[in-house]
Amino acid sequence: MSERRKNVIPGDVITTAPYRNDQNTILDGRLIISTAVGVSEISDGVVRVIPLTGMYMPRIDDMIVGKVVTHTSLSWELDINSCYVGFLPATDVFGRDFSARSDELNTRLKKGDLVAARIANSDRSRDPLLTIVDRDLGKIDSGELIEIPSSKIPRLIGKRGTMIQMIESQTGSMITVGQNGWVVVHNEDYNGLIKAKKAIRMVEKMAHLHNLTDKVRKMLEAEK
Amino acid sequence: MGGRDTDMVLLDENGIRCDGRKVDEPRRIMIKAGVLKNANGSAYIEFGDNKILAGVYGPRDVHPKHMSNADTGILRCRYHMVPFSVAERKNPAPSRREIEISKVIREALEPAVMLEKFPRTAVDVYMEILQADGGTRCAALDAAAVALADAGIPMRDMVSACAAGKVADTIILDVNNEEDQAGQADMPIAYMPNLNQITLLQLDGVMSLEEYNKCIEVGIQGCKTVYALQKKALAEKYFPEEQT
Repeated sequence: MSERRKNVIPGDVITTAPYRNDQNTILDGRLIISTAVGVSEISDGVVRVIPLTGMYMPRIDDMIVGKVVTHTSLSWELDINSCYVGFLPATDVFGRDFSARSDELNTRLKKGDLVAARIANSDRSRDPLLTIVDRDLGKIDSGELIEIPSSKIPRLIGKRGTMIQMIESQTGSMITVGQNGWVVVHNEDYNGLIKAKKAIRMVEKMAHLHNLTDKVRKMLEAEK
Repeated sequence: MGGRDTDMVLLDENGIRCDGRKVDEPRRIMIKAGVLKNANGSAYIEFGDNKILAGVYGPRDVHPKHMSNADTGILRCRYHMVPFSVAERKNPAPSRREIEISKVIREALEPAVMLEKFPRTAVDVYMEILQADGGTRCAALDAAAVALADAGIPMRDMVSACAAGKVADTIILDVNNEEDQAGQADMPIAYMPNLNQITLLQLDGVMSLEEYNKCIEVGIQGCKTVYALQKKALAEKYFPEEQT
């Protein structure tokens, strides 16, 4: 294992060099210490730990997949696979002229519906605010939900989306990837759906290996 | 604990203890991370004849709601002995002793767990003592720390715990049940090995200042031994390719 990438557990000193500390690390005097079980990475003077376990923590501008849990007369609450619930205001769906008196929230999103959303705002004092006003966002009409650890999502997307594009084109599927670890696969063809699911499970299992895109491509080509 | 009269020889003339250990030798310790499917994180520890299972849930919603804190998350611990953990059946209702141990374990873990990252949530730690043989609070703490790391809760450092004590006017490491009952002193220590800080220190018995200093020193050595095993348990689960 190279000097730059190390397997760490909480409390491990990653480096004493004057780097900036980022995700899952703390600075104690001159020591940069890991706070999670994961792989440490040093690049461009920034130290971060990519966690191998743990719950999804909402971050602003993350694309996520949520499931409608309940609604009030003004907003929906979404399960976003985190310790907080997502908050989707009704004006986001109905537009400016939303009226709590005449519009029924049930007509647009029902309990159990899956929604592709973006985290518009998230701070310590409130539950994360979601929005669906953007391209490719909104209710997901069909597809199958697959849950994988949120720490493995970057591998599933790949460098500039190479992995996910490859799986989509090889299996002819439409895949919606949420940063929270929820992935929706849509495919009219049953075999394509099974193959796409298999590819996603393979990424989940082999997330720590190099050259994963090639391995998954070979697996998918062999299946043909 | 006050040096009760007993027929048992706790320390023979060769410096061998009642269970055949040397004075600075801990019991056999085995830790395994991630043994439960339904908890977010879990660990199982065998510390000599102690057998303890720890499970961690969270961060999650706080119920009852009034316990939640808008500034930080809260940590809740439950130390519990199952009825068959001791020779005479133990009433499963939480006893005064268990409530106290739950509290000291919580206070020993709090400096390590970065709860301020999860305002309005709770992290629950459950420790079930399946079999007890002295030093369960330290062993439970060791398992709880591994389970917390397994659950991915951010921590400043691991927490490792081990007891030291005094029998026959000699400082010993890792007090077992017989030594705890008939010995002169028992001192559980929890320690954050990288930050070099003590998070739990209890003392039951009488010691001189020199003995006290020696006892802490021996206890911290024991914690470091435990730390290496905690590290190994996490590596076995998360970095299996590293193991040979």
